Amino acid sequence: MTLLIEKHAKPSIQEILESGTFLVTGEIGPPKGSNIDEMIHHIDLLKDKVHAMNITDNQSSVMRYPSLGTAILIKERGGEPNLQVTCRDRNRLAIEADLLFAYTRGIRSVLCLTGDSIPVGDHKDAKSVFDIESVQLLQLIRNMEEGKDLGGNELNEPVSFYKGAIVTPEANPIEPQMLKFRKKIEAGAQWFQTQAVYDMDNFKRFMEQARKIDDKVKICAGLVLLTGPGQIKYMNNNVPGVFVPENLAKEMEEAPKEERLATGIRICARQIRMCIDEKLCDGVHIMAIGKEDVVPQILEEAGVDITKL
Amino acid sequence: MIITKSKPFEEVLKELEGESKIFIVGCGSCATTCETGGEEQVAEMKKRLEEEGKTVTGTTVYEEVCHELNTKRKFRENKEAVEAAEGFLVMCCGAGCQSVREATEKAVHPACDTVFLGNILRLGNFEEKCSLCGECVLEDFGAICPVTRCHKGILNGPCGGTDNGKCETDREKDCAWTLIYKQLEKEGKLDRFSRIYGPKNWQANMKPGRVIFEKKGGE
Repeated sequence: MTLLIEKHAKPSIQEILESGTFLVTGEIGPPKGSNIDEMIHHIDLLKDKVHAMNITDNQSSVMRYPSLGTAILIKERGGEPNLQVTCRDRNRLAIEADLLFAYTRGIRSVLCLTGDSIPVGDHKDAKSVFDIESVQLLQLIRNMEEGKDLGGNELNEPVSFYKGAIVTPEANPIEPQMLKFRKKIEAGAQWFQTQAVYDMDNFKRFMEQARKIDDKVKICAGLVLLTGPGQIKYMNNNVPGVFVPENLAKEMEEAPKEERLATGIRICARQIRMCIDEKLCDGVHIMAIGKEDVVPQILEEAGVDITKL
Repeated sequence: MIITKSKPFEEVLKELEGESKIFIVGCGSCATTCETGGEEQVAEMKKRLEEEGKTVTGTTVYEEVCHELNTKRKFRENKEAVEAAEGFLVMCCGAGCQSVREATEKAVHPACDTVFLGNILRLGNFEEKCSLCGECVLEDFGAICPVTRCHKGILNGPCGGTDNGKCETDREKDCAWTLIYKQLEKEGKLDRFSRIYGPKNWQANMKPGRVIFEKKGGE
């Protein structure tokens, strides 16, 4: 078979996690518009500092440059992409076709998400698709790996992906979330990235529960960079499944205005260190949302060099 | 119950531009309960249209405007007023409006927006609980429909937008998955929550829907 990629510049997420290496991933948020210069700058900045980069798929239901196009761009520039696929904007046919394309272009890892709802985004009149959702998307990929599409038809050759999913440790109530976590594993999820975690005690409790459900599946903590008291307040009030505890909010409030970003970097670095030192999880996923420039600084402050993990 | 909302009067007037003789149809069923097309609203509409210089050639309010034979019968009963009209203003759901479509060749105008098949919580307070998907899944989910009551209509548990039992799209709306979880827990049937449901057949009721019951149907 012809894969339109000569050779992979980087080890895959699967190879890293299965070798027992602590995985460090970053995130690229594609731009709204056809100028991709800044995004390319971020890709080049991060590609050797992190093992792989997630690419968001019309994040928060806001239309942007596509995740698949960005994943290929990352590949072309010698980085390793983790392709986020949501079910909000494409039905099963479109997703299957995209996955065929992704596979032939050397995309090896797919993060399966349901996707945010349309009304939270910037195309509020659009039709939501949700033909399938995250668990069924995992099933769909497994099907394609077995050489079949969801219509039951044979593919001329199968695909193969390292199948990722997400879980929300701060979900309330947590019980249905854990049942869904189990279902995702059953449907084929091999690794997880979590929704943003800040309360590390709660994260530890979550990890204990998760390990009881499956002690082999890989779990990476999602860390969103804190940038100021306003953002913390916003997230606590508006972002479901995200909770910034009082002590961190206080640490940020007490920081002088010009040191808020530095404080956020310090908190993030501390969390990374804790995940590594206390062997809390299998990796971290750093979401700097618009501040990708400081990711190398976060890693430096955490004393993390991916070539030495 | 089909839930309707009245279109703004200005919009209705715009629909009727160029027509001066109007016949108004109201519905004694759902639109009466919704107070969008009952006797009272039809009388009010007649008055307002007349104030705008229109001639209302006649009005009728009867049960089930969606019943096409019934509608044709009503039109025959009101033959004179119907024939005098240039257009028809239908104050009920889209089904009723299209039932009137079958009874006349003249212009037919909707006075309402049809919003959903709703349950009546109390007068003037309706909630969508069934979206007529054609393949009922209530048995598996404690008789709480995720296809309708979850904004995303997903089948395998809550999405990341669930928030203290509420939905991310509207804090006033319950997260269906929290309701389903609690109900199945009460019934001791959480195994159903844990089961993986494959992709739904969205064509179970292929649009436009059509059913012909062989034994019962027909008049």
